[in-house]
Amino acid sequence: MDADDNTQTSTGYRKSSLRILFSLLTIWFVVSFGCGILFREQLDTAFSVGNAPFGFWMAQQGSIICFVLILVAYAFLMNRLDDKHGYSETSNKKGNK
Amino acid sequence: MSQDIWNYIFIGISFAIYIVIALKSRATSTKEYYTAGGGVSPLANGMATAADWMSAATFISMAGGIAISGYDASQFLMGWTGGFVLLTILMVPYLRKFGKATVPDFIGDRYYSQAARFVAVLCAIFICMTYIMGQMNGVGIVFSQLFGISLVKGVIIGASIVFFYAGLGGMKGITYTQVAQYCVMAFAYTLPAIFISLTITGNVIPQLGFIGETTDGIPLLQKINTLNESLGIRAFTEGSANNKLNMFCITAALMCGTAGLPHVIVRFFTVKDVRAVRKSACWTLAFIAIIYLTAPTVGVFSRLNLVEKLNNKAYVSQTETEARTDDQVPSWFHQFEETGKLAWVDKNGDGRIQYMGNGDKALNPFTGKSPVLSTADDDFVRGSHGQVLLTNVDPSNNNELYVHKDIMVMANPYMGETPQWVIALLMAGCIAAALSTAAGLLLVLSTAISHDLMKNIINPNLTDKQEMRWARSASLGALLVAVYFGINPPGNFVAQTVAFAFGLAAASFFPTLLMGIFSKRMNKQGGIAGMVAGITFTLSYIIYFAFGGGDPKYYFLGISPAGIGVIGMLLNFIVAFIVSAFTPAPPKEVQDMVDRIHNPSGAGESTH
Repeated sequence: MDADDNTQTSTGYRKSSLRILFSLLTIWFVVSFGCGILFREQLDTAFSVGNAPFGFWMAQQGSIICFVLILVAYAFLMNRLDDKHGYSETSNKKGNK
Repeated sequence: MSQDIWNYIFIGISFAIYIVIALKSRATSTKEYYTAGGGVSPLANGMATAADWMSAATFISMAGGIAISGYDASQFLMGWTGGFVLLTILMVPYLRKFGKATVPDFIGDRYYSQAARFVAVLCAIFICMTYIMGQMNGVGIVFSQLFGISLVKGVIIGASIVFFYAGLGGMKGITYTQVAQYCVMAFAYTLPAIFISLTITGNVIPQLGFIGETTDGIPLLQKINTLNESLGIRAFTEGSANNKLNMFCITAALMCGTAGLPHVIVRFFTVKDVRAVRKSACWTLAFIAIIYLTAPTVGVFSRLNLVEKLNNKAYVSQTETEARTDDQVPSWFHQFEETGKLAWVDKNGDGRIQYMGNGDKALNPFTGKSPVLSTADDDFVRGSHGQVLLTNVDPSNNNELYVHKDIMVMANPYMGETPQWVIALLMAGCIAAALSTAAGLLLVLSTAISHDLMKNIINPNLTDKQEMRWARSASLGALLVAVYFGINPPGNFVAQTVAFAFGLAAASFFPTLLMGIFSKRMNKQGGIAGMVAGITFTLSYIIYFAFGGGDPKYYFLGISPAGIGVIGMLLNFIVAFIVSAFTPAPPKEVQDMVDRIHNPSGAGESTH
């Protein structure tokens, strides 16, 4: 199918999509495990959001907001990547390219 | 109008809506039954998935957990939402591209083995069963609270309703019902929070009230910290000492578990293509976030209210009808007292409630896991102030009040003195939460049995019609088992049982799917060995420590059963890679298939 048709495009596409994936997962890890658990005490004393200590706020509110933003970014970046490589679904019928 | 009438009106209307929708969108083919025909819009699918995924545990127990454990409960908030990111980025687009209707389908084809398919089916059934028990128990709690009936009757009523529309409607019926259920849940959860935020902080947005100041000018979080410390328990924004690794593991187990939950993954087979899947995932998490961002605020508000309304108040007998002063216990106390969710032991005989904190088992006013109400001749035995007496009083501490965390959400509107219809809406919301998740799970269970087990393993010649019949009878069978365990739950709390389901999913499906998607070299021997190792280890650890009376001091690295799924997951990865290194690589077709699912075009409709 598609993968055999154009190996060059396919490899490039895979590389870029994995790059998007890893950068978003890094952000994901930092905002949740990093800010909310591992470095919470340090962040709690250093910063605050309104009256909430920063680490605590990240654990209960901030990380969730970031997660939504990560998914929005993912959809945007992946759709753009698809368009760039000509994989947009609308122009492609199943099974032929 | 009395509270009961409001309750009946709200629940009656919401049920009528669900049933009409279920009847209108009844499934007529297996395709509609399993994946709603693949044509649900991303927005509708997002709402439905959010409703499916937010269980009774989320709705009833989570805010209570936050109220009692403060910062420590963040593991649930981050775990359940963060898992969604993993699910969307690592799993769903690829599985959607693969284009089969179920998770065992993927595992069976990717690991080119009926044995792998069979292990996956067993895992799916087991995970969904664990999860659905918690839901049935939740439905039972709400119904028994609501109509003053026993838990047994409550569970049976809930189960019949679920069977009616999940068994008949299939995925199509469920999806559209869940859209309605999400709306009910969202309003039911946020409205009381808004009302209470207004009274406590004067801010109409609870999340801003959370980081803002109370009406008397003290920052809200500082107020609750001071309050907690005055009761002799740790501050709300502080975690318990030395639990970093455990918290890390529980959060990770919940995240990876979410990404491996078969009933959530299958939701994304109901939309048109990979683009729609991405969009749908954004909507889902946004809808989930509305409720998850409100939960901590409900936790703080109810905690504050609870202590202010109950601590040091004089207990007044239920039979006294005179209007109560601020110095007396409010009348809603009795309602929860009789269900054993609130209990008061007058240890020093002064007729007032002395509250010294909870959440810590050592501080419960009774021995054992829950209060045992003393009864005689079908009635409660009452003390000199009219309070229900306990038979298992623990005199070794001074705390006199027991608060079950589940009541934080349920009693919150009473504490905040919100209008009666808000309470009724909350009841409808609780039921919607439990029903929507139970229905989604039931569908995956019945699919696992009819499609994966009967059609793909036992009898490939099954016609569409026979398969549907199997699906419906399987859902009935599964429901009966769920009812039994809903009445006799093996775990202590709704949330606890659910947390285990996530641990099991994290140790079985998550690594196996991940390796199946991203590693071309992973073969069937490795996949099966890993899955078996992961689930066996996790399951035995959970059974030994959570149900078999294992001593927590022997925890592996201090990790509790809820977090052990992460170790099970690592074990799965390690075993799988070692075994696959010594066994032949998978055939060419399978390697091509792995290439193909990384290419987004041509996902088309999902088939089965």
